[in-house]
Amino acid sequence: MASGLDPIEQFEIHPAFEKFGHFELFGYDVTFTNSALMMCVAVALISLFLFTGTSKKALVPGRLQSMAEISYEFVANMIRSTAGRDGLKFFPFIYALFMFILFANVLGLIPFFFTTTSHIIVTIALALMVFSTVVIVGLWKHGFKFLKLFVPSGVPIVILPFVVLLEVISFISRPLSHSIRLWANMLAGHIMLKLFAIFIIMLFGALSGAAKLGAIAPFFMVVVLTPLEILVAFLQAYVFAILTSVYINDALHPGH
Amino acid sequence: MSTFATLMAASVAASENAKEAVEHVAEHAESGLFPPLDTATYPSQLFWLAITFGILLFLLARVLLPRLSGILEERSNRIADDLDSAARMGREAEAAGKAYEQSLSDARAKAHNVAETTRASVTAELETEMQAADELAVKQLAQAEAKIQKTRTAALANVDDIASQTAQAVVEHLFTKKFSIASVRKAVKATKATG
Repeated sequence: MASGLDPIEQFEIHPAFEKFGHFELFGYDVTFTNSALMMCVAVALISLFLFTGTSKKALVPGRLQSMAEISYEFVANMIRSTAGRDGLKFFPFIYALFMFILFANVLGLIPFFFTTTSHIIVTIALALMVFSTVVIVGLWKHGFKFLKLFVPSGVPIVILPFVVLLEVISFISRPLSHSIRLWANMLAGHIMLKLFAIFIIMLFGALSGAAKLGAIAPFFMVVVLTPLEILVAFLQAYVFAILTSVYINDALHPGH
Repeated sequence: MSTFATLMAASVAASENAKEAVEHVAEHAESGLFPPLDTATYPSQLFWLAITFGILLFLLARVLLPRLSGILEERSNRIADDLDSAARMGREAEAAGKAYEQSLSDARAKAHNVAETTRASVTAELETEMQAADELAVKQLAQAEAKIQKTRTAALANVDDIASQTAQAVVEHLFTKKFSIASVRKAVKATKATG
């Protein structure tokens, strides 16, 4: 099978600039890959977007400034509504997560672009970053009282051990669900898009004459799925960010 | 018939291709080469994620978000300032209105005062003048009376002479005899005394 017709090929990682070869650091391969390139592109675009958006400092914002302000207010309101005013201390972190994931997801939808968030290691690293922030901040601010997070009030003493066990399990599985949700959505979406795109080529190649029009069916699917994937790209960034602020709320205000 | 056959053949071919594709996926997974599960790429991904996300976080926290929040803050301050100055101007306008009313009523009171004092002074002046005129009139009256009195006295004094002369003339005419004026006068006086 031609590599172009492989739905998995888009997730392959290879050096971005073949001629520079591989880099190593402390015995680990840290080659500048297509994934790293896309991360850099995402960061550069976010910075460019915000920098040019705020360069005029207009009292009445233009288009770009308005978008930058909307993104700011959007994340700020999200944090305020889930983690309260003191959650705004984590605003840069949550905003960075939101924008990084959003740009990675959306950029990944452009043909021939690599999707950094379609790799579990990236999403789990981000999720663990959130998880460790929550644990460190929670213990720092509340000490042992942070463990009240696992002991909901108003539960009969008989079933309390089970509830505590469940709470602990759910807390520990947070980074897993947090990361796999994003990763699986990106992976599945891209595989689905690619599969239908492949079907277009296969049907078009296999059919002859007027029957070649049969390739319209998968083409239609691609047309329908693309905006859906754009929505999912945004939605998953939003879900990741809002879960982050919900978790940070736990760190700031443990005890239900 | 033939189109149907080609369609069938095509769909079979397509489904076989699809099956192949799916198998390809499975193959990747089985051989451990499914890219997201290829641990060989993890160090590089983590390394570059840490660098790029670190840079992004630094830029956002130190440069970009302060710029953005500065703009938003400036705007909300500006709006608050504008509202403040609008309220201030409203208060000033109100004060000016009050001051205007005040000065208007002051002016009215002053005008009233002026009219009152003018009237009072005019009345006083008038009174003094009237008094002066009265006094003058009284004086003139007195003078006139005195003059009249004098004239009367004079006239009365003359009456005797006239009476005497008249009597002398009458008597002379009646009696064709000369009487000395002194004797006539005596007679007049005696007559006056009796009569």
